[in-house]
Amino acid sequence: MITVRFHGRGGQGAFTAAKLLGEAVAMYGGKQALAFPSFGPERRGAPVLAFVKIDDTKIYDRSEVHTCDYVVVLDETLFNPAFFNDLSPHGRVILNTGNKELYAAYNSSQLFTVDASRIALEILGRPITNTAMLAALSGISDIVSVEALILALENYMNGAILEKNKQIIPAVIAALLT
Amino acid sequence: MKRNAFISGNDAVAEGVRLSRPHVIAAYPITPQTVAVERLSEMVEDGSLQSEFLHVESEHSALSACIGASAVGARTFTATSSQGLLYMAECLHYASGGRFPIVMMNANRSLALPWSIYGDHRDSLSQLDSGWIQVYVEDAQESLDMVIQSFALAENLDVLTPVMLNLDGFTLTHTYELVELPLQEEVDAFLPPFETPYKMDLDNPKNLAFSSQPSDNTEFKYQQHHAILHAKQVIRNIDSRFAQTFGRSYGGLVDAYRCEDAELIVISLGSTTGTCRVVADELRKEGWRVGVLKIRFMRPFPEEEIVKITRHARAIGVIDRDISFGFEGTVFTNVNSALSRGNTHIPTHNFIAGLGGRDISKESIRELFSTLKKISKTNDTEQNIVEFLNLNVATND
Repeated sequence: MITVRFHGRGGQGAFTAAKLLGEAVAMYGGKQALAFPSFGPERRGAPVLAFVKIDDTKIYDRSEVHTCDYVVVLDETLFNPAFFNDLSPHGRVILNTGNKELYAAYNSSQLFTVDASRIALEILGRPITNTAMLAALSGISDIVSVEALILALENYMNGAILEKNKQIIPAVIAALLT
Repeated sequence: MKRNAFISGNDAVAEGVRLSRPHVIAAYPITPQTVAVERLSEMVEDGSLQSEFLHVESEHSALSACIGASAVGARTFTATSSQGLLYMAECLHYASGGRFPIVMMNANRSLALPWSIYGDHRDSLSQLDSGWIQVYVEDAQESLDMVIQSFALAENLDVLTPVMLNLDGFTLTHTYELVELPLQEEVDAFLPPFETPYKMDLDNPKNLAFSSQPSDNTEFKYQQHHAILHAKQVIRNIDSRFAQTFGRSYGGLVDAYRCEDAELIVISLGSTTGTCRVVADELRKEGWRVGVLKIRFMRPFPEEEIVKITRHARAIGVIDRDISFGFEGTVFTNVNSALSRGNTHIPTHNFIAGLGGRDISKESIRELFSTLKKISKTNDTEQNIVEFLNLNVATND
């Protein structure tokens, strides 16, 4: 089973990212998935967690996630070096930052950075980074394809917003290569 | 064409209700049920559900409105949770005693004080004697499917009893997963419009919701009891009929997993069962003979199934997400009563777990099976048989 944990602030779309990932792999990737928020009250601006469990077969285990294969951090201010303790042996943290030099001390095989806020601001005009961070996840792993991600996006949005979100994906993939 | 959707337990209930075409929905929003009620309100607003949606000022009014609507023969639905269910308590008995076939979703949530929005089973189990049929589900698909089945069960003229459909708060209500949406025409064939001679009708006036005297009250209660006992066979029939139409069977009153040759069996309700299944699979690979018995219906209680399925076990553990203070978990009491009536003498142990949203981990279920193994070997029933799992405070022992 693959487990992914998203960190964001209420209103930044961390749970939307989890739902999009679950929908992409379950509806268009032939997998089974559970997507759920950290349970409890939702408050705008407060730190929130969202989780996705992905497997080839039906997922029965409804207990909490402790060890993660991917920790995706939408908001840089929430980054905590303790996240590395939660990773599975080959797990990775994906961090949204425009200052990757600040994180040079960390193991580069465990930490990937992407300036998702800049890309989102350029294309969407707003720092909503869920699509960008999912594109980064797709770019560095094989858990979700770009095609499945786009099909999931099409269920959540339409018109100009959809087109702009689709543009974010290649922009992020290109940024990962630089 | 059948289609899939990636939706939450709350969404799945709303989809099940839409497919069941109720005439009247009356509900008051409460965490963690809110999304189900919001979806239904949206469906009525956008016309995809032709129903009268009553935005009421309380849960007491919600169920009272459902009783009124049901009295004229309307198919009715409501949803609640926790304190909201308690606020309905007076009306729960009016609904069951009046034999109004209302279907209600209850998002299982702890009870105050201490105030908590997180899940356990203390809300619904505290209302076990309210005369409602109680079913507990394990995932979003079962949630949707059981809305449809619950209407078929409640409206069966030999049952005519309201049904409470219990989903674990957050664990099921707020988790998104793949759900197959049944076709409307298939649901229409499975669940035809509700027809009843027992309703307010100007052409055939009847007295409903009346008073009784000591000379006849017992007979009403006897009939109510008998109807719920009769529901056992109706539940099994509905499950078979549902499997024929939709290809999914849930086993009727219980769902036994790897129990055939199991020495150690854990009994649970709701979503905890899934984690138990995973641990049972792991332990089986290590050579343990373990099984999991999910009780789906707490009323009517599946005593025959429990006795039959556990008869070769060496120890039985019951997980209760509740505690009847001063005694033991309510599921445990019921299981022990069934075993005693079945004249079996298997040691049983009660695990109080998952109160107020506490996680029930795979590790703690492993420990639970280890405890059962110890009990099965020593046959030691002297020890404390009501054990709180993962207790963080020092105890007096």
